[in-house]
Amino acid sequence: MEKLILPDIKGLQSISVYEGIGGYTAIKKALKMTPNEIIDEVKKSNLRGRGGACFPTGLKWSFMPQNTDKPKYLCVNGDESEPASFKDRQIFEFNPHQLIEGTLIAAYALGVKTSYIYIRGEYLSWIEMLQKAIDEAYEKNYIGKNIFNSNFSTDIYIHRGAGAYICGEESSLMNSIEGLRPYPRNKPPFPAQNGLWGCPTTINNVETITNIPVIINKGGEWFSKIGAEKHPGTLLYGVSGNVNKPGVYELPTGTLLTDIIYKYAGGVKGDKKIKMIIPGGTSMPPIRGDEIENLKMDAESLKSVGSAIGTAGIVVIDETVDIIKILTRITKFYWHESCGQCTPCREGTGWMLKILERIERGEGVSSDLDLLVEIANNIEGNTVCALGDAAAWPVKFTIKKFRKEIEERIYKSC
Amino acid sequence: MINEEELLKIENIKRKYPDSKAALMPVLYFFQEKYGFISDDSIKEISQLLKISEVDIKGVVSFYEMFHEKPKGKYIVQVCTNISCMLCNSENILKAVEKKLGIKCGETTKDNLFTLEEVECLGSCGTAPVISINNRYYENMTEEKINSLFDNLK
Repeated sequence: MEKLILPDIKGLQSISVYEGIGGYTAIKKALKMTPNEIIDEVKKSNLRGRGGACFPTGLKWSFMPQNTDKPKYLCVNGDESEPASFKDRQIFEFNPHQLIEGTLIAAYALGVKTSYIYIRGEYLSWIEMLQKAIDEAYEKNYIGKNIFNSNFSTDIYIHRGAGAYICGEESSLMNSIEGLRPYPRNKPPFPAQNGLWGCPTTINNVETITNIPVIINKGGEWFSKIGAEKHPGTLLYGVSGNVNKPGVYELPTGTLLTDIIYKYAGGVKGDKKIKMIIPGGTSMPPIRGDEIENLKMDAESLKSVGSAIGTAGIVVIDETVDIIKILTRITKFYWHESCGQCTPCREGTGWMLKILERIERGEGVSSDLDLLVEIANNIEGNTVCALGDAAAWPVKFTIKKFRKEIEERIYKSC
Repeated sequence: MINEEELLKIENIKRKYPDSKAALMPVLYFFQEKYGFISDDSIKEISQLLKISEVDIKGVVSFYEMFHEKPKGKYIVQVCTNISCMLCNSENILKAVEKKLGIKCGETTKDNLFTLEEVECLGSCGTAPVISINNRYYENMTEEKINSLFDNLK
């Protein structure tokens, strides 16, 4: 299988090697196309966002107003703060120029003069790696004024986050760039109308943008035939937890989950059975070990087991692990990262954590599970941003899928 | 107070944004690197530089995990304990670091060399467990590696 994002080429992070394999030809081609032709090509590809929500990228781009006096902005989201997600850093490290090239094409298609690549503050080493690549591209005049001798000028800057999960949420990210306390904004208005400094703005994930040069070079139709029909392309599956060979594996969408775990990630440590899988970052509803047979990893297939692809960060949890310990740790994260703006999330996450810690200590009571589900239901859908849902889902769906086991644990300690 | 050369650097940061208020986070990093933390005096100075009220700056500083309102040790040692690391023995890693440094989470050694913190996911799940020291990652950590890691730092 051809790798589109992370090909096995040594030294690809340097501009000369990248150009040697045809790098920066897609932007040259794009500059000869009209912005609408580019957006149509991306629409044809059926590329869907890789940040978790799977929104069609071409459609998102078409929301940007074309006749406006206001400056337009592009934010490339590399906050990568959802636990168990570690794919974007591979792009910063191993293929930064393809990300830059994708950013340039998106900027041209959207009429953007300034793009900000937002990277989590902890990724200092990876910020330096990407900055080095950006500097190289500026030196060659691939970024800046009249790039590739065209009429198009555009800048790319890195904005460094400072350790807040919420900044991966697009409206929080924009407030973070603006220098405000990064509370998420109400929607509508949506960023395409009212984004950075009240101007039209598009926010795309790092991996999404890195796909763009491939789509321009090989065509949207070619791309649309890779992997799962309704969710085409490849994904950077990040496998972690109780496996022999954790890591990021680039494979087509729709790859069997069992193949990812057993063929690529080396199977479960100590040949133990799988109890639980988190398929796409910790906020995604978990899957039981007995549900993984023949399960494909793409947006549509995961709906059949009541979950979603998220960031494709897969956590494998073996039969010996205490489910309550996992759920308590996940809930502690969302409690810690709740920004405090909305009462249901701020108070609800702490309340759920207290109950789960009580159960973990062996002091749970039989009514606790219904109470947890009730709190989760009262958070879900009742907050400005999706962090509320992200906190509610693991609790609600872990209880749904593992209720018997958790009840037995509570009764044993009674 | 910052000197003229530093002022130039700040002007260059401001140029990346259409509104100088947006330079706040990079400028906060700049002051934190210079002084080790964000003091009330620094907030006053930044307020004048970027024309942002002191209380708004405080609201930003206090929001983020990585801006410190108080001095910390020379080395900020962070152990990730989120689930991918937890499944790879991070609890024992944390205990071993506590033992090695003789402090608990949230504490600083008496010589002001090390501050120890438990942190949320650092995005190093495929190379878990991870310890970050001043934002440099030490991955695939084992209890055996801890002694040499800290001895080399001193």
